[in-house]
Amino acid sequence: MSKEEKKWELRLYVAGKTPKSITALNNLQKYCETHLKGQYKIEVIDLLLQPQLAEGDQIFAIPTLVRKVPEPIRKIIGDLSNEEKVLVGLNIRPVK
Amino acid sequence: MKSLSKVKTGINGLDEITEGGLPQGRPTLICGGPGCGKTLMAIEFIVKGATLYNEPGVFMAFEEKTEELTANVTSLGFDLEKLQKNKKLRLDYVHIDRSEIEETGEYDLNGLFIRLEHAINSIGAKRVVLDTIENLFAGLTNQGILRAELRRLFQWLKDKGVTAIITGEQGEGKLTRHGLEEYVSDCVILLDHRIINQISTRRLRIIKYRGSVHGTNEYPFLIDEEGITILPVTSLKLDKDVGSQRVSTGIASLDEMFGGKGFYRGSSILVSGSAGTGKTSIAAFFANASCLRKEKCMFFAFEESPQQIIRNMRSIGLDLNQHVNKGLLEFHSFRPGLYGLEMHLANMYKLIKKFKPKAVVLDPITNFVSVGLLTEVNAMLLRLIDYLQSEEITLMLTALNSGGTDHIDENVSSLVDAWLLVRDVELNGERNRALYIMKSRGMKHSKEVREFVIGSKGVELIDVYRGPEGILIGSAREAKEKETLRIKNNGRKHSR
Repeated sequence: MSKEEKKWELRLYVAGKTPKSITALNNLQKYCETHLKGQYKIEVIDLLLQPQLAEGDQIFAIPTLVRKVPEPIRKIIGDLSNEEKVLVGLNIRPVK
Repeated sequence: MKSLSKVKTGINGLDEITEGGLPQGRPTLICGGPGCGKTLMAIEFIVKGATLYNEPGVFMAFEEKTEELTANVTSLGFDLEKLQKNKKLRLDYVHIDRSEIEETGEYDLNGLFIRLEHAINSIGAKRVVLDTIENLFAGLTNQGILRAELRRLFQWLKDKGVTAIITGEQGEGKLTRHGLEEYVSDCVILLDHRIINQISTRRLRIIKYRGSVHGTNEYPFLIDEEGITILPVTSLKLDKDVGSQRVSTGIASLDEMFGGKGFYRGSSILVSGSAGTGKTSIAAFFANASCLRKEKCMFFAFEESPQQIIRNMRSIGLDLNQHVNKGLLEFHSFRPGLYGLEMHLANMYKLIKKFKPKAVVLDPITNFVSVGLLTEVNAMLLRLIDYLQSEEITLMLTALNSGGTDHIDENVSSLVDAWLLVRDVELNGERNRALYIMKSRGMKHSKEVREFVIGSKGVELIDVYRGPEGILIGSAREAKEKETLRIKNNGRKHSR
């Protein structure tokens, strides 16, 4: 199966526009543009606005990145500053 | 100056030990080893708050899933589903699985704060439980962040003004594995579950309660179908009100020996003697008298079953069954070895509290020595006596005095108000029973030895014969009495 057929649905949980959240979102967008161009969807959920959503995805740390698709669900917490860890965590093969 | 306000937990006995409950609007740490009852105590705190004090609660579980938790406490009569439906309770299971989490870079636990806040606001919660928050340490690697965030969490809980319980697993040489106690400095309760002589006992101790007086001892507690019961805390002060009301012993001639009025109400009476001297019979008559006064009596039998006692007492003309049927008399039969002393005490305390008797019989206390040391048995009885005295319940204990070295009766005698001794007297080839009062505090009482006769009509105390021949008892007394009667009659004839 080639990775072109894959779709990536990512959800980033934040709580307000804190520096950590902004860093995380910037990092995520950068990695996705580099490695998953055209195959990803990022949804940002601000728990300050929608606190009821925290329970469903078992969020306790902020920021948390959840890979909804492809399954299984993976979670990465933190500002995503370590690119290698994020890619491993999301199971993305980096583009050389 | 406003003193510390407290929140009643509703857990039997805990509010007494803490003199009012847990510190209001502050976190309390409950720690202990696995299976010591932490989670149960926490959930009972929430449930009692919701049902008794109209204080909704949030239970945040890090260990058990909400369905598991709900199922686990159903046996205790806690209906978590209904409470949730009525917005009195909110369960939130926080699942942390290290295998599906990757950490990279800076983060905080705001997600947890938001969840908690959302839960609290959704039902207007006054109580919060975090069980067991230490699981965070197992799921996350960055301990530095965790510690800082936990400190913030506890402060946040205080700012929110909720009364919180945090549970923690006991660590080696420390109260909790990750030193949670340093965050929660207001109240720390330690639970313990230990096995002594193959009998398990749960104990509770308040290690710290800032700004409040509290009991510092270890208190045994038990978990049964009604939740947690912590043992009656008997005050060590001896300042109880005592009445001067008297109650009948159930045996007219014995009443006579106690100045014609019987025992003091709320006093404790020990009946001791060798095997087969009729201790149980005396106790049964005492119980009978109480029931005839329409005062409830509770009979704890540690050697015989209720049916046995009822049958045996029928043979001496005592119908205890009628009182049982009327609900005036309640029997509880169990072997002392069934569980530890504290459990016995707790169990009796609970039954007494429920039945509200005016008289209690323990028959016999001798076998308790097989469960605990003599000093422990004494301590248990002392607590029971104290409790019953404060409730104005008259207590009768029977004890076997086998003539061996461990006289439980002598040890207990200093605790009781009155001590009756029944002795076997072997004389002239027959065995008779003699009864006398060893002591009776605060009343005039007979110093005589009486012959104690058990017949099909009941129990009777007869003056022994004192004459030139000495003291006569049993058939010798009867013969002498007949003779005296004959001489008297003859004398009457002659004078005619």
